[in-house]
Amino acid sequence: MKICCLVKEVPDAAVQKRIDAGTKRLDRSGERTLNPFDTHGIEAAMQIREGGAVAVDEIVAVTMGPDTAVRALHKSVALGADRSLHLSDPALSGSDVCATGYALAKALETEQPDLVLLGQQSDDGECYTIGAVVADHLKMPSLTQVIKMDVSEGKLVCQRQAEYGYDTVEIALPAVISVGDAINEPRYPSLKAIMGAKKKPLDTKGTGDVGIDPSQVGEAGSKTQVLGINPPPPKQSGEIIEDEDTNETVEKIVAWLEERKLI
Amino acid sequence: MVDWRAMNFDLSDEQRLIRDTVRDFARNEVAPLAEELDREKRFPYELVAAMGRLGLMGIPFEERWGGGGADTLSYALAVEELARIDSSVAITMAAHTSLGTAPIAWFGSEAQKERWLPELCSGRRLGAFGLTEPEAGSDAGNVRTRARLDGGEWLINGAKQFITNAGTEISGCVSITAVSGEIEPGRPEISNLIVANGTPGYEPGPPYRKMGWNASDTRPLSFDDCRVGEDCLLGARGAGFKQFLQVLDGGRIGVAAMGLGLAQGALDEALAYAKQRRAFGRPIATFQAIQIKLADLATEIEAARLLTYKAALLKDSGAPFSLTAAQAKLKTGRLAVRASEEAVQIHGGYGFIEEYPVCRFYRDAKILTIGEGTDEVQQMIIARALGC
Ligand SMILES: Cc1cc2nc3c(=O)[nH]c(=O)nc-3n(C[C@H](O)[C@H](O)[C@H](O)COP(=O)(O)OP(=O)(O)OC[C@H]3O[C@@H](n4cnc5c(N)ncnc54)[C@H](O)[C@@H]3O)c2cc1C
Repeated sequence: MKICCLVKEVPDAAVQKRIDAGTKRLDRSGERTLNPFDTHGIEAAMQIREGGAVAVDEIVAVTMGPDTAVRALHKSVALGADRSLHLSDPALSGSDVCATGYALAKALETEQPDLVLLGQQSDDGECYTIGAVVADHLKMPSLTQVIKMDVSEGKLVCQRQAEYGYDTVEIALPAVISVGDAINEPRYPSLKAIMGAKKKPLDTKGTGDVGIDPSQVGEAGSKTQVLGINPPPPKQSGEIIEDEDTNETVEKIVAWLEERKLI
Repeated sequence: MVDWRAMNFDLSDEQRLIRDTVRDFARNEVAPLAEELDREKRFPYELVAAMGRLGLMGIPFEERWGGGGADTLSYALAVEELARIDSSVAITMAAHTSLGTAPIAWFGSEAQKERWLPELCSGRRLGAFGLTEPEAGSDAGNVRTRARLDGGEWLINGAKQFITNAGTEISGCVSITAVSGEIEPGRPEISNLIVANGTPGYEPGPPYRKMGWNASDTRPLSFDDCRVGEDCLLGARGAGFKQFLQVLDGGRIGVAAMGLGLAQGALDEALAYAKQRRAFGRPIATFQAIQIKLADLATEIEAARLLTYKAALLKDSGAPFSLTAAQAKLKTGRLAVRASEEAVQIHGGYGFIEEYPVCRFYRDAKILTIGEGTDEVQQMIIARALGC
């Protein structure tokens, strides 16, 4: 079995996010790191390998991004992936979700994975959709927000987070699965793995190498156009109720909630 | 190899990953335990084991001995990130690495390395360095502990003071300085010997009651007709003085990283608190008097960081680094004391209460102007380099 893990480099969570008014994109100039949700995807791949129910021949980390995105791949191989594939081309810059999903699907076609794993969302864009777009292009079934996965020959039984409780779904391989952060507790990369990361193979490929139609990607090839982008409105300061008499406090809270038709 | 002369302020991919990994580890695994470990004065066995599994107990040593094969800057980054959260855990790792394991890695025979390094680098055993004595602190050459050859064995008598990591359940050995003879009348010959825990005649005493570093192990040691094999001599006979100076030089980079990390941790806490604490109807971070403290600390910390990293890079590039390491140690120790004091001040009364980490930081900071060479000793080293 061959598993491909889609990974992305995102601004570090500790960095205050800023919007670049000129490009109408997130300012990504500060510290960056591997998208935390993707570490759960890699950990899921490692647990399949270590679980022993199926033989995993290879775990490949795949990213699309500029030169610096190589760091996300280094961390991925330090976390256990065997090698990595970096799809990098100036033509890809400015791709929206659909164009990115198409480009990643083309890169994945060259790998022929039995299972594609990715985090359910990225810490920056938070679109939750890349997995589905990739699956559509690859003509593979797909599940999102998976929090438990049992693998056996040719199929997966997954639990998927639902609004109330969870759904249990059986899915045939090959498939694309996006995982939630409840699926596992990612390990820390050991020093040995970090020091050995650069010794693992890294392939860099451009659009031409994987058969991407250049008119389908980049800013021009994207079907969405960002007209405006604004930071979220600042949080309203809450109302603080001093707890002098608990019965009274409870009444006040209930009244407050009823007023807003929340209960 | 890093070419520090290029003035490149970027970390390598490996250094960055090591820093980020230790940062995550410290926040997720150390922070939740730090207050309790300090309060109960409990040695962090579980964290040492976890650090051992991650390869953090032997960062700068050769891979063939189970070390990480990483550079001094990587080691400093790891110490910094630990000290940013808890100094007891940081000193346990730092003293084990640059005082306990380094002498064996640098001066040990193949047989000594084979016996000790795999155990030490994996964190299964802890290493200690016994230099300080009741009458030999800053004047570390004034060693009174004696070792003499007797029937093919070294017979050791004497006492050590304030030794880190020597008395835990997993302490493996201590490298001690001892007078092994006379070079000429009145000039003692100092040699270093490795003494394994459990050797008859070697007793770690009860732990001290300390102002800080409460979860770290510090004890007096006594040697009472303690016998070790002739093969426990570390390096050449009479090389002890030079060896311990070299160990202390390298150790200063680790201690500087401790001061840097503690100062950064104090700033982290103070900044978060200042944004959230309100007085006179607004966050205290909007008061200029608080902003000035935070801005000054952030600036001093960045300066201290550059000095510390430079010392590490100099060492890694094989250039002389003693002066820069002494400067980094002097700068960061004082800064840690000041930063933790300001952080407590910014916390007001809450800073005096143990639930708030800055309270612990304040107690933990003071030793950083004393241990591994007092400020006055660093000033002596620096003044000497200036030609005084
Ligand atoms: C928690 C803790 C852990 C420690 N861990 C270790 C360890 O693992 N291994 C180890 O070997 N040691 C260890 N030490 C010992 C530490 O390194 C010494 O305490 C330190 O070097 C100072 O020595 P001293 O205490 O004897 O002070 P002293 O040397 O007696 O100094 C007293 C004062 O006199 C000043 N002074 C001394 N000489 C001069 C001079 N020539 N000019 C100007 N001022 C001077 C000093 O700066 C200081 O202010 C530890 C100490 C502590 C508290």
